[in-house]
Amino acid sequence: MLSIKNLHASIDGKEILKGLSLDVKAGEVHAIMGPNGSGKSTLASVLAGREDYEVTEGEVTLDGVNLLEMAPEDRAREGVFLAFQYPIEIPGVSNINFLKTAVNEIRAYKGLPPMEAKEFLQRVKEKQKLVEFDAKLANRSLNEGFSGGEKKRNEIFQLAMLEPKLSILDETDSGLDIDALRIVANGVNTLRSQNNAFVVITHYQRLLDYIVPDYVHVLYKGKIVRSGTKELALELEEKGYDWLKQSVDAAENATI
Amino acid sequence: MITQVSSSLYQQIVANFEEGLMVGAQVPSLDTVRKDAFERFKRTGFPTTKMEDWKYTNLQPLLNESYMLEDTLPERNVGLEDAVISGLDAYRIVLVNGEYRADLSDVIAEHGVQVLPFLEAVNNPIFQKHFAQYADKTDNPLVALNTASNKGGVFISLSDGTVLSKAIQLVHIMASSETLFSQSRNLMVLSKNTKAQLVESFITSDGSAKSLSNNVSEIVVEENAQLYHYYIQVAGEQSNFLNHIEVHQKKHSLYNNYNCSFPGASFVRNNINVRLDDSAVESHLYGIVLGARKQFVDNHTIVDHSMPHCESYEWYKNIMQDEATAVFNGKIFVQLDAQKTNAFQQNNNMLIGDKAVVYSKPQLEIFADDVKCSHGCTIGQFDDDALFYLRARAIGEQQARTLLVHAFAYDVTEKFDNSAVRDYVDRLIERGLNIA
Repeated sequence: MLSIKNLHASIDGKEILKGLSLDVKAGEVHAIMGPNGSGKSTLASVLAGREDYEVTEGEVTLDGVNLLEMAPEDRAREGVFLAFQYPIEIPGVSNINFLKTAVNEIRAYKGLPPMEAKEFLQRVKEKQKLVEFDAKLANRSLNEGFSGGEKKRNEIFQLAMLEPKLSILDETDSGLDIDALRIVANGVNTLRSQNNAFVVITHYQRLLDYIVPDYVHVLYKGKIVRSGTKELALELEEKGYDWLKQSVDAAENATI
Repeated sequence: MITQVSSSLYQQIVANFEEGLMVGAQVPSLDTVRKDAFERFKRTGFPTTKMEDWKYTNLQPLLNESYMLEDTLPERNVGLEDAVISGLDAYRIVLVNGEYRADLSDVIAEHGVQVLPFLEAVNNPIFQKHFAQYADKTDNPLVALNTASNKGGVFISLSDGTVLSKAIQLVHIMASSETLFSQSRNLMVLSKNTKAQLVESFITSDGSAKSLSNNVSEIVVEENAQLYHYYIQVAGEQSNFLNHIEVHQKKHSLYNNYNCSFPGASFVRNNINVRLDDSAVESHLYGIVLGARKQFVDNHTIVDHSMPHCESYEWYKNIMQDEATAVFNGKIFVQLDAQKTNAFQQNNNMLIGDKAVVYSKPQLEIFADDVKCSHGCTIGQFDDDALFYLRARAIGEQQARTLLVHAFAYDVTEKFDNSAVRDYVDRLIERGLNIA
């Protein structure tokens, strides 16, 4: 589904991603872990199309469609969803109107008419339940005054409503207590199917107890330096990143 | 005092007035008031940028034009489509180039309401009691000019206890085949325990020539009366406005002003002065300016607290595109006797155009010691993070920008009491943005 080949990206002239390659097939969940500053959030931003980042080399395709040439809104319409690490508060834009606009933009892109109001509300009701999202919040301004946990649940609620092919969860676990974490993870697990895929970016193994990945990758210095199954995450939890960093740094020195 | 004599409009007006051409001889009862006012105007002349209140507002280019001082086709046909506010249930009163047009205006048959053209109102005792009693006390020479030489306008009066079932829409339409200087003078008196909505719309007839309007309205809100006053500027590029509103409020009265300007009129200066001349008075001033192209929109407001236990609340938002310029000057006076005053002012600006300009000046003069006053001012641009967030949810860039402007304006538009006007203003915001 998602194919990233030799991706190089920089911000303000500083190269962050230095030749990252990753293949994600439909139905899979990939976890991306790595120490601070390794480029995890940059990868999420580049995939979603944040314009602050410049892609200098490589290619990214979603089901064969070149994403890098596309505006962020077109990537979203193609089925890319980024659950933000820090969801933005937008006072004055109602949560529900925002969602309706988003849903209908995607439908229009696919040549479908706007969703009937009744169907839309039915979907809202159903998906709200999924993330135990308070109906009152849905009618408020977008994320305004929401707690950290409410914002993250709102991200998953939006994900549920938009039904993307590829979801990228950027440190969705950060700032969540154990109950919120369980709710968010349950939501994601319910949404998993043979037709979609998830890239879960996280610092900690904890989230992966709830969202069990098919593959775990370690990102360091802008590249994937190790890939494995969920056992790799447990190993990292136990030993930290230092042993991996050392072996990568040693290999680098050797080539120089 | 520096006398301003360089402008051709000034010379034209002075010459006309002195030859007796400018005022109708048909109003002898106003002779003294008009002569006095004329002397005041003649001494001062038009405001110049040397005056603090006109520092950013240069009238000179407008005053150098040559104007017709009389409408040559006072009975012309005009299109009123631009003033239509869908869903608004209102009586319509129409002023063409400042003059009342009975043939285009509705008759208000409700009990307790009186609507008279200015020249017919001069013998009305309520008119005589209030005319030129408020606006002329300010030092605005344009008010003196208007008092001295206006010809038209409307007098609206509500007798005690009248609550209007519908809004009154006062449509100001500019329609002229030659460059025209016009002046309307309006007086609205809400007696005790009355309630009304006044919606003023400023429009321009298709193909109309350039115009400059010097309008003055005095509004009296007596004890326990309530006025919801919407002021909607949607005139065309060829129209230029100098508007002065002077509001005088009595005990337990409420005055809400909702002042909105949209792309169109090249030059707009609004003076909105609210005098809280009694205790327990409440006033709200809301403003939205959506500017485009080379438009200039200046809102000067005064909220004058002179008695205790009053509350005022002012919130203006400017959204400036292209090369448009906005001025916001918000003066709040809290006089010595105005203890327990609660006064709030906020001005937020969004600069969208690279060459857009905003001059913002909050000005608080507080002489009482037991008061609560606050003011704030912000200037910003589009929030890139918010824009990206919306786009990452499949919302196109243009629509995302529109959503963010609506969101910016929302603090003010949500305060609109009349939902038809609120929806109309929301649509005007959307339309005004698509021009850019």
